[in-house]
Amino acid sequence: MHLSILLLFLLFGGAVIAGVVGALAGLGGGVLIVPLLTLVFHAPIEYAVGTSIVAVIATSSGAAAAYVKDRLTNLRIGMFLEIGTTIGAVCGALLAGILPANLLFILFGIILLISLLPLIFKLGEELPQGVKNDRLATLLNLSGSYPDQNLGREVSYQVTRTPLGLGMMYVAGLISGLLGIGSGTFKVLAMDTVMRLPMKVSTTTSNFMIGVTAAASAGIYFSRGDIPPLLAAPVALGVLLGALLGARLLVQMSNKRLRLLFLPLMGIIALEMLLRGFGITGL
Amino acid sequence: MQHQLHSSMKKKHEASLQKEPKQTPPSSDQMTIIIARILQVGVMVSAAILLLGVILLPIRPGGLTQHRLQSFPTTLLQIWSGITTLHPQAFIALGIILLIATPVLRVAASIVAFGLERDFRYVVITIIVLLILVISFGLGMGGR
Repeated sequence: MHLSILLLFLLFGGAVIAGVVGALAGLGGGVLIVPLLTLVFHAPIEYAVGTSIVAVIATSSGAAAAYVKDRLTNLRIGMFLEIGTTIGAVCGALLAGILPANLLFILFGIILLISLLPLIFKLGEELPQGVKNDRLATLLNLSGSYPDQNLGREVSYQVTRTPLGLGMMYVAGLISGLLGIGSGTFKVLAMDTVMRLPMKVSTTTSNFMIGVTAAASAGIYFSRGDIPPLLAAPVALGVLLGALLGARLLVQMSNKRLRLLFLPLMGIIALEMLLRGFGITGL
Repeated sequence: MQHQLHSSMKKKHEASLQKEPKQTPPSSDQMTIIIARILQVGVMVSAAILLLGVILLPIRPGGLTQHRLQSFPTTLLQIWSGITTLHPQAFIALGIILLIATPVLRVAASIVAFGLERDFRYVVITIIVLLILVISFGLGMGGR
């Protein structure tokens, strides 16, 4: 990598675009940072992952602040499940230090492809019916309610299969720590499909959890020396700006069609990562 | 907590998911606003320090070289000594540390918040999460 002021500007600009596209595609601002740094700027993947995890914290902290205010986030569920995600993230970050780089590329490609599935198929239910608290959920007082603006009333919900949900959160954390992404898709999957929370609650609670999960692995990446300041500064600032722009644009456009529009692009990026992992470069 | 436990038990017996009184105690609304503010301020302050470091890069000597990409402060001590000599990378590293610390601070604030609600089960759960976060920082020491 050649280093110059120009490169810093290019990194910043690339991160802005990655942030906008990530947000518009509904995958979060950080998901394209690793492909950007490795495929476009040819950075070593451990630097890319370390830099990306910082970008993830920046975007999620910025976004989470908004969600907490409208009481959609269930702080108890979030905090309890963070035991699973943070332990997973620590394991993932440690594992990333051992695994060979090409395996990380392959895993990234696969995980990105899986993350695209919920954009095509609708997972979970908007308002799940007939859900009963399991014992752990009752013990931990996880059930709650939120004001639903469309329905114009307070919606109450209960929580089921909590232990399995916690286990899936460990996996979500592992993926986040290993690949430097927020892994929101897998968090939503755990809350939405396994624990059967209403869609709005699981997506906002997931967003709320991403920053804490990322902080657990970021500590390891930082002290290991895998977050180079010269990459992290332009990328974190760029993706922050990009995610803000993306969120603003999202409000103005219908997002379902938009997500499908970005699907082929995301698919190509996932394939590029896979190919790179198998030692095939350049398309 | 006794009250909340009671209300959740009662809920269990009510089969329907409809019309329930609000469960959020009044104090927690204030706490969520404080937590949201921590996240916002944390991101803004760290972004400002990152930017300061970037601005220093072309001004201070030795900022933009190949060597600098791979050699940078990774401990608090190195960052501190770098700050005192206006080392650009030290400022950026400080910004990164603050960015990482922002969600950690949020977790710490949640301990206080759950304590104010007298929800001691969640005080314990939140302390566990905080401990994992604190331990994680030590785990990377020693490099790869």
